[in-house]
Amino acid sequence: MNLDLILFLVLAVVAVATAIGMLLSRNAVYSALFLVLNFITVAVFYLLLGAPFIAMAQVTVYAGAIMVLFLFVIMLLGAESLPKAEVLPWQKPLAVILGFVLIAEAAYLLITRARPLGQIAPPGDAANDPLTLQQLGMSLFQDYLLPFEVTSILLLVAMVGAIVLIRKERRVH
Amino acid sequence: MVEINYYIILSAVLFTIGALGVLVRRNALIIFMSIELMLNSANLAMVAFGSVLESFSGQIFVFFVIAVAAAEVAVGLALIVEIFKSKRSIDVDQMNSMKG
Amino acid sequence: MELIQEAVPTGFAYLAPWLVFAPLLGLLINLLFGQRFSERMIGLVASLASGAAFIVSVLLASTVSANHGEAIRWQLAEWIHIGTLSLDWTFRIDSLSTTMMLVVSGVGTLIHIYAIGYMHEDVRFKNDPGRFARFFVFLNLFIAAMMILVSGDSYLMLFVGWEGVGLCSFLLIGFWYELDTLGRPSWANSNAAKKAFITNRIGDFGFLIAGFIMFWALGSFQFDEVFEAAQTASPGFIVAITLFMLIGVAGKSAQIPLYVWLPDAMAGPTPVSALIHAATMVTAGVYLITRSAELYTLVPQAQYIVAMTGAVTALFAATIAVGQYDIKKVLAYSTISQLGFMVAAVGMGAFVAGMFHLITHAFFKALLFLSAGSVILGMERGHHNLAHGHNNDHAHGEGSNEEGGHGDSHGEVFDPGDMRNMGGLRRTMPVTYWLYMIGTLALAGIFPFAGFWSKDEILLDASLHYPIVYLLLSIAAFFTAFYMGRQIWMVFFGGHRSEAAAHAVESKPIITVPLMVLAALSVLGGALNLPFEGFHQLGHWLEYTLHEVESLALDYGVAGISTVLALAAIALSWFIYGRNPLRTGQPDPLKGPLGMFFTGMENKWFVDEGYFATIINPFKKLSQFLADVIDWRFWHDWFHETVIAGTYNWVSNIALNRYADQQGIDRFANGLGDVTQWLSAGARRIQNGFVRSYALSVLLGVVLILGYLILR
Repeated sequence: MNLDLILFLVLAVVAVATAIGMLLSRNAVYSALFLVLNFITVAVFYLLLGAPFIAMAQVTVYAGAIMVLFLFVIMLLGAESLPKAEVLPWQKPLAVILGFVLIAEAAYLLITRARPLGQIAPPGDAANDPLTLQQLGMSLFQDYLLPFEVTSILLLVAMVGAIVLIRKERRVH
Repeated sequence: MVEINYYIILSAVLFTIGALGVLVRRNALIIFMSIELMLNSANLAMVAFGSVLESFSGQIFVFFVIAVAAAEVAVGLALIVEIFKSKRSIDVDQMNSMKG
Repeated sequence: MELIQEAVPTGFAYLAPWLVFAPLLGLLINLLFGQRFSERMIGLVASLASGAAFIVSVLLASTVSANHGEAIRWQLAEWIHIGTLSLDWTFRIDSLSTTMMLVVSGVGTLIHIYAIGYMHEDVRFKNDPGRFARFFVFLNLFIAAMMILVSGDSYLMLFVGWEGVGLCSFLLIGFWYELDTLGRPSWANSNAAKKAFITNRIGDFGFLIAGFIMFWALGSFQFDEVFEAAQTASPGFIVAITLFMLIGVAGKSAQIPLYVWLPDAMAGPTPVSALIHAATMVTAGVYLITRSAELYTLVPQAQYIVAMTGAVTALFAATIAVGQYDIKKVLAYSTISQLGFMVAAVGMGAFVAGMFHLITHAFFKALLFLSAGSVILGMERGHHNLAHGHNNDHAHGEGSNEEGGHGDSHGEVFDPGDMRNMGGLRRTMPVTYWLYMIGTLALAGIFPFAGFWSKDEILLDASLHYPIVYLLLSIAAFFTAFYMGRQIWMVFFGGHRSEAAAHAVESKPIITVPLMVLAALSVLGGALNLPFEGFHQLGHWLEYTLHEVESLALDYGVAGISTVLALAAIALSWFIYGRNPLRTGQPDPLKGPLGMFFTGMENKWFVDEGYFATIINPFKKLSQFLADVIDWRFWHDWFHETVIAGTYNWVSNIALNRYADQQGIDRFANGLGDVTQWLSAGARRIQNGFVRSYALSVLLGVVLILGYLILR
C-alpha cells in the first residue's frame, strides 16, 4: 500500500461515481457537469501515467470544448423534461443484466488469463523532460504524418458539415 | 506501483457504464455523452498500455481519437438540433420511422 | 442352286428335275393366266405338263435299264449343311422309283384328260365356271409333290413329298368347300377335307418320330447310308423305326385305325378320288415300306405286325363295302381293302407282289372310279333332262342349268350317286357298262384280268409263310367279289329305279377314251409279272433295287381256290341281287337274314361315332373349358382385371395419390412454407425502429462473442 495506489483508488472511485452520476441524473445539465468532472479525473490519470500532453489535450479539448458544446445544445433544446411512459419495457432490465455479464466476463478474463505485463511507475522527472515531448512531436510529425494531415481534413469536413446541415434547412424555408 | 490490471478494470467499468447509458437513457444528448464516456475509457486503456510498454503509440493514438471525437460531436450535435426542429423532441423512442 | 452331278451322267438322268418342274410350270401358267384361257387350253396345259413328266419317267426308266438297274443319284441342290448333317435335294433314279414314276405320271395324265370333260360338266352343275382353272392347278401341284415323294433320295425328301400330297389331298377334297356332295351349302366338304388332313397328320407324326429315331440311331436320312448303318444297329431301334413308320403308312394308305378319312374323301370330285385316293397318294405308304425293305427284313416281329394290320384292314373294309349304297363309297372301302392286301404283301416280305398289285390296282381302280364318275354324270344329266322336259338324245348343253344344287327346283334332294336310284343303266350307258364290267372282273380277280395275277401272287406268298394272313385275305377276296357283283347288278341290271336312271345319257368321248386305255391296261396288266419261268419281268426289274426277290411259280392249288371263291361270290351276289332285281324303295335283301351284322356293315361298324365319343368330343370339351373358364374367366376376368389391374389402381389412387402424395408430400411442402412464414413473421419483429433495441442487440452480440472466447 503505497501512495500511488491510494491515489489511484481515490481517483478511480471519483471517476466511477461521476460516471454513474451522469448515468442516473434526471437533469441533462447535471449529467453534463458530472461528465466534465469525469473527464478531469481521467486527465489526472493521464498525468499519473506519464502523459502530460494528453492530459492537457483532454482538459482542453474534451472538457473544455466538447462539453461546452454539449451544454450549449442542452440549453438550446431545453431538454430537461422527460417525456411519457416506457415503450420498451424489457430494455432496462436486460441492459443491466448484460452490463453485469460484461463486467463479469472482463473480470474473469483479467483474473484468469492476463499475463502480468508490468507495473506503472510513477512519473519521475523523465516524464516532464522536454526531450520526451520532443520525441513525441517527432513521432507524430514523422511516423504519423499522414494520419495527422488526414485528421486536419477531417476537422475541416466536420466544420463544413455542421454549417451545411444548419444552413440548408434555412434555405429551403 | 500500480498494476496495469487496475487501469484496465477501471477502463472496463467506465466502458460498461457508458454502454448502459446508451441503452437505458432515452434522451439523445445523454446517449451521446455516454458514447463520449466509452471513448474516454478506451483512451485510458490505451495510454495505460503505452505507459507500460514504454511506447509513444498509445499517446499518439489517443491524440487522434480526441481529434476525431471532437469532430464527431460537432456534426452529431448539429444533427440532433435538426431532428429536434422536425420532431420537436429528443426522445429516441420517438424516432422510429424505420419500423419493420 | 447348283447342279452337281453325283455320278457320270448316263442317258437321260439329267432330265430328272423335270419330273417336278414340268408340273410346276403347268401349274404356274394355269395359276397366272387361267382366268384368260379357255377350258380346253387349261386342260391342255395341265395334261401336257403331266404328260411331260410321264415322258421323262419313260426316259429315266430306259436309262436305268440301260445301266442294268444301277441306281443313279442326281443332286439338284444343297439344302441343309449343319455340322455333320448334310441334306440335299437329290433325285434317286432306280428301278423302284421309276416304276412309281411311271404309274403316277401315266395314270395321272389319263386322269387329267378325263378331268377336262368331267369338270366341264361339274362346274356347271355347281354353278361356278370360274373354278375350272383352280382344279388343274391343284392337280398339277399334286403330280409335282408325288414326284418329289417317289424320286427322293432320302427319307427327308420323301417326307417333303409326303406332306405335299397330304396338302393337295386337302385342297382337292375340299374343292367345293362351301357345298356338300349334292351341291347344297354345307360344311360337309370342308369337314371331309379337314378330317383327311388331320388324320394324315397323325400318321405324319408317326413318320416324324421314325425319322427322328432314324437320325439319332443311324445318323442319316439318305437311303444307302441308313440301310448300311441299320445292319450294325441294335434291333430295338429298327423295330421302333419300322413300327412308327407303320403309323405313317396307316395314315397315308388308310389302314386301321387311321382309314376313316378315305370314305369321307369321296366328297371331292371323282377325278380326285381316282387319282389320289385310288391310284397314287394312298400307295405312297406301300412304296415307303417297299423302299425300306432292308429295314423291315431285319425285324421279323415288325413285319408280322405290318402283315396282320394289312390283312385285318382288308377284311374289315370289305365287310363294310357290302353294306354301302353310294357307288363311290363302295369303291372307297374297296380301295381300303385292296390297300390292306398290298400292305399285307409288303409286310410279309413279298415286295414284288405288293408292287405288282399296286400297279394293277392303279389301273382297274382308276378305271372303276372314273367309270363311276361317268355313271354319276349320266344320272345327273338324266335328272336335268327330266326336269327341263328335254328328250333323251338332247345332249346336255352348257349353261342350261341356272340354279345350283339339286334340291331347290325339284322339290326334293336327288343323290345321283345313290345306287338305289340307279338300275338298268346297261341299256342307256352301254360303253360305261362294259368299262365298268372290265374293272369289276379285274378287281374280283378273275382270270385272265390283271387283278387275278397280282392278287394271286399275294395269296400264294401268304399261304406259304403266314397262314393266318392267307385265311383273312381269302375271306376278304370273297367279299370283294361279292360286293362288286352286288354293285354291278344294282347299277346296270334290272329295271330303272328312278326316272333319272331312265333318262341317263352316255358320256362324251373325252371322258370315255381315257377309260378305254385304262381298261386295256386292266386286261393286259397281268403281263407285267407272269408267274412262269422266263417271265417275272417286274420281279427282275425290282430285283435291281430290292436285291432279294422271291419269284414264285404259279401254284395251281392256290390259284384254283381263289378263282372258285371269286366265282362263288359273284354267283351268290347274282342270286341275291341279280335274279330278282331290286325295285324302287325295296330295302336291301341282306337286311333280313343278316340283321344286326348288316346294320353294322351299313354304318361302317360305327367307327367314326366311336372316335367322336372317345377322342374328339372330350377334346373339344377340354379346349372349351380351357378357353372359357381358365383363359377367359380366370386369367382375364379375375386375375388380370381384378387382381392386377385392381391392385395397380388401388396402389396408384389410394395409396400413392391420397396418402403418400396428398397427406405426405403436400403437407410437408406446405408445412415448409408455413414454417418459413412463421419464422419470418417472428424475425420481423426485431425491426421495431427503436435505436435502443438495436444497440442492445449489439451489446448482446459482444457479450456472446466474449463468452465464446472465454469458453473456448
